[in-house]
Amino acid sequence: MALQTKGFTLGQLTEAKTCCEPIPHLSVHNLSVKYQHKTVLENVNLDIYKGCITALIGPSGCGKTSFLSTLNRMTDMIAGASVSGKVLFHDDNILNQPIDLLTLRRQIGMIFQKPNPFPLSIYRNLALPLREIGIKDKQLIDYKIETVLKDVGLWQEVHHQLDMTATKLSGGQQQRLCIARALVLEPEILLMDEPCSALDPISSAVVEDLIVSLRGRYTVVIVTHNLAQAKRVANYAGFFWMQERVGKLVEFGRSQHLFDQPQNELTAAFVNGRKG
Amino acid sequence: MAERLFQAGIWCAALLVLMVLFWLVQGLLDQGLAKLSVDFLFSQPQNAGRDGGISSILVATLLILAVTLLVALPLGLASAVWLAEFTATHNFWARKVRLALDVMAGVPSIVFGLFGYAFFSLFLGMGFSILSGGLTLACMILPVFIRTCEIGLRSVNNSWRQGAAALGMPKIKAVWFILLPAALPAISAGLILGIGRATAETAALMFTSGYVDRMPGSVMDSGRALSVHIYDLSMNVTGGDAAAQASALILLMIIMVLNMLAYAITDLWLGRRVLNGFAN
Ligand SMILES: Nc1ncnc2c1ncn2[C@@H]1O[C@H](COP(=O)(O)OP(=O)(O)O)[C@@H](O)[C@H]1O
Ligand SMILES: [Mg+2]
Repeated sequence: MALQTKGFTLGQLTEAKTCCEPIPHLSVHNLSVKYQHKTVLENVNLDIYKGCITALIGPSGCGKTSFLSTLNRMTDMIAGASVSGKVLFHDDNILNQPIDLLTLRRQIGMIFQKPNPFPLSIYRNLALPLREIGIKDKQLIDYKIETVLKDVGLWQEVHHQLDMTATKLSGGQQQRLCIARALVLEPEILLMDEPCSALDPISSAVVEDLIVSLRGRYTVVIVTHNLAQAKRVANYAGFFWMQERVGKLVEFGRSQHLFDQPQNELTAAFVNGRKG
Repeated sequence: MAERLFQAGIWCAALLVLMVLFWLVQGLLDQGLAKLSVDFLFSQPQNAGRDGGISSILVATLLILAVTLLVALPLGLASAVWLAEFTATHNFWARKVRLALDVMAGVPSIVFGLFGYAFFSLFLGMGFSILSGGLTLACMILPVFIRTCEIGLRSVNNSWRQGAAALGMPKIKAVWFILLPAALPAISAGLILGIGRATAETAALMFTSGYVDRMPGSVMDSGRALSVHIYDLSMNVTGGDAAAQASALILLMIIMVLNMLAYAITDLWLGRRVLNGFAN
């Protein structure tokens, strides 16, 4: 694995889960999300720590995707969605209206549940976002593409067919390409919405290893339905639950604590499989 | 069993269509084939079209078509992009525009002809000219073209829109590099429909590009389109049937070539830039 390549945001990869120091990278205060007039998420407070992997768990429909989408303002694309509260990123509230959305989304990348490579060649999938940020030099583009494909472990598999249509790759390869596409912009934070749930178990394990390898270099927030996976990869974990048909953050803390000594009844029931 | 019946039905329908086409062409071959020659294509009409060829008419037809496409393509794509990507589905203005387009799509071509005559020829002072005819045809094919492209764009996988947005790509770039190429099959289908309608149009052109069968010197000259020529030969010129049928054969061939061209270009594009079949 070529993990010592460029593109670090937070320094070298370190192995231990304890690599993270709790320095907030994103601070979420009193966050609520409404669709039309229906509140789906209320009063969420938490910090996302720099270089750590934060897992968000909870049953379907409790607002995890909605929460994630507020962090890079993808909620702007949903008609009728309104968000209140504060999300601090570099001391700025990214929920404020006058903000450079394009730059924000380059700093905070997003991976979707269903892999969504563009129906273009593998090469163009990665070159397009680079051109968009003003990198025109072909050599530099080639270099960055090679680096990032090595980073996600795809280089060996695809370097001889970079002009193949990306949608012909397998699901797992597509998802790794999507991660590469986000990483090529050198973001600080990666938001992942159930990145493995559309993949077969083997591809899922490969992508999971990749996510673990991002620890320390990027701040990762991952929503997952797979509790075992959350337990394996996460430094911090948050548990969402519906209360009176409104999503709430019930418990948040170090992953071990949340899974092994949950403070809340609901969390205990959920992580032990008694509920949800 | 039901499937068998269904398949048989489909075959019958296809056969029927082919037979109608065959019958049509056969009627044209009768006198038209004898008249067809290379000379027919490259010489000017004489004796009101009974003799000579159709060179000036082909030139006028292609010029009219060129004007039509040059105007309809960018305008149509821009409108479709606006409707599909830059307005909410229930936006007040978008709904009004859509309604207007759907109404316009059903307006008979002669009405477009009268409009073109009044607006382009008289009001804008273009007179009887290829420009006026081309613009009138553009107005005529735009409604269907815009709506086809809009629907094509709307049916493009939404996850690509999200993906592009999540990479901080401006919307217009996503449209240009990803959504429009992905909607290309619909766009070319719309274009083929439009070209077919424009090439076959007679009524709208009689009022706008006129009858003059001389070789046009520019788009400001009047020019006689192939369809107008056929109409004139068969309705107003005694002894013009052979020439009319030969011209009709050429018209059929032009439409066929244009269709194949459109398909070929789409295939090329799809093969190169987009995937083969949008499966995952
Ligand atoms: N675009 C939308 N419009 C209206 N309601 C929505 C929309 N997206 C999600 N919801 C609703 O918001 C709630 C939370 O959804 P979501 O954030 O997708 O939850 P999760 O990702 O945890 O399954 C659900 O009840 C869902 O029906
Ligand atoms: Mg979800």
